[in-house]
Amino acid sequence: MKKPILASVALSILAGVTWAAGDDKAIQALVDQYISTGYQQGDKQHLERLKQDETLKICSETRNKPSDEQAKAIVEREKASIKYPEKMLGSWEKGKEVFNTGFGMRVGVIMPDKADKPRGGNCYACHAADPKEVAAGNIGSSLTGYGKARGNNETNIKYTYEKIYNSQAHVACSNMPRFGANGVLNPEQIADLVAFLIDPASPVNK
Amino acid sequence: MKKLLLSGLLMSSLALTVVYAAEEPNADAYREMTYGDRDANPALLVVDRGEELFKAKRGSKNVSMEECDFGLGKGVVKGVYAELPRYFQDTDRVQDLESRMLTCMTTVQGFDEAELKKKTYANEKANEDNTDLEAIAVYIAAQSDGMKINPPIAHPKEQEMIKVGEALFYHRTGPLDFSCASCHGADKQRIRLQNLGNFSKAGADAQKAIGGWPTYRVSHAAVRTMQHRIWDCEGQMRLPDTEYGSPLTVALIAYLTSQAKDGTYVLPGMSR
Repeated sequence: MKKPILASVALSILAGVTWAAGDDKAIQALVDQYISTGYQQGDKQHLERLKQDETLKICSETRNKPSDEQAKAIVEREKASIKYPEKMLGSWEKGKEVFNTGFGMRVGVIMPDKADKPRGGNCYACHAADPKEVAAGNIGSSLTGYGKARGNNETNIKYTYEKIYNSQAHVACSNMPRFGANGVLNPEQIADLVAFLIDPASPVNK
Repeated sequence: MKKLLLSGLLMSSLALTVVYAAEEPNADAYREMTYGDRDANPALLVVDRGEELFKAKRGSKNVSMEECDFGLGKGVVKGVYAELPRYFQDTDRVQDLESRMLTCMTTVQGFDEAELKKKTYANEKANEDNTDLEAIAVYIAAQSDGMKINPPIAHPKEQEMIKVGEALFYHRTGPLDFSCASCHGADKQRIRLQNLGNFSKAGADAQKAIGGWPTYRVSHAAVRTMQHRIWDCEGQMRLPDTEYGSPLTVALIAYLTSQAKDGTYVLPGMSR
């Protein structure tokens, strides 16, 4: 009598496992289906924005906790995307503006932005920087005193440029947008941001 | 006596200063001071208009929305919002309030769906009055004021919808690589000075957000519904316009509402 019960328990556990895996797949299939029907159609909608690259697929599936192997692959792939300008340290005055400006890029038909609206990084949404700006968000770390603390040298300039251009070149599945790789900011704007963060004359380091 | 009073005043103003200084910077205190009186909520005017629209015989079939079932039986509005989203047998779908309104208005009243969806939200930049859809939604929702947030979860399709919504919550896409969790996945986060609820866990944050929606948004001078809230968030992520009442929006609303379970609806709400 004991054996059949045990066997049936084992069977139902097995069934549970297969069901769970099949369940995940079924949920993912519905996710894809709902995304394909969830947005208005048409040229103005820029539906190409809904297409995930391999990196975001992994970050979504693992909820930003990729395995070591996945993380290594992401960092390698994202690093390869970086384009460097002649000078990675631009003008802190221009960078101050880029850091502050919330950008356009809204699409659709209900309330889109004008296509030529100047873009910025909207960095204060998440980061503190110039101590005089009190309306700073806290999703990202505080960057006040960044250059003073981390140094005005080639290594830090390159790291900072890379971090803004493609945050995932250093931390796989970082929460931060890949500003350069996604074409939100151009290399010159990023170099200006680097100067705003590192230049000793910038208010960030006063 | 005078001295005592003065020092008392001084003490209490000091105490107030301390309270405000200790709080995270936010708009809540301002809201409490300015809009604390619920009877002064401008949304109540929109609720009244919604009631008239709901009870009027309209559409090509010239019937009122009292002929529709929002989950608790034909004609029942009291408490229906507290138990949405839910599975409906007639459509074989899980529906939120607004997708169910579309079903009612098309199948029962005979409106054209594409026509209804042409103008879903008032444009605050043009200082427009709320649309009929917004007015009807806030009227129905307000009939669940004071009730527990209690979406049913017994039906497999309801469970499935919540799971899909959860997966969508973590789905990163668009030029900024954002998912909902980028901003709403941890405690006490802010964009600039705006506090962000953590909806990755069940409890107070989700209860406060869901429990106060639909809401009169002071900055829009208009009532806003959950469909609008989802559309607006997706827009901030720089994604396309969400399709009104689509399964994508319903899944996200089902997930958020399940995170808010056992909270209390205070409707219509009032927010910045």
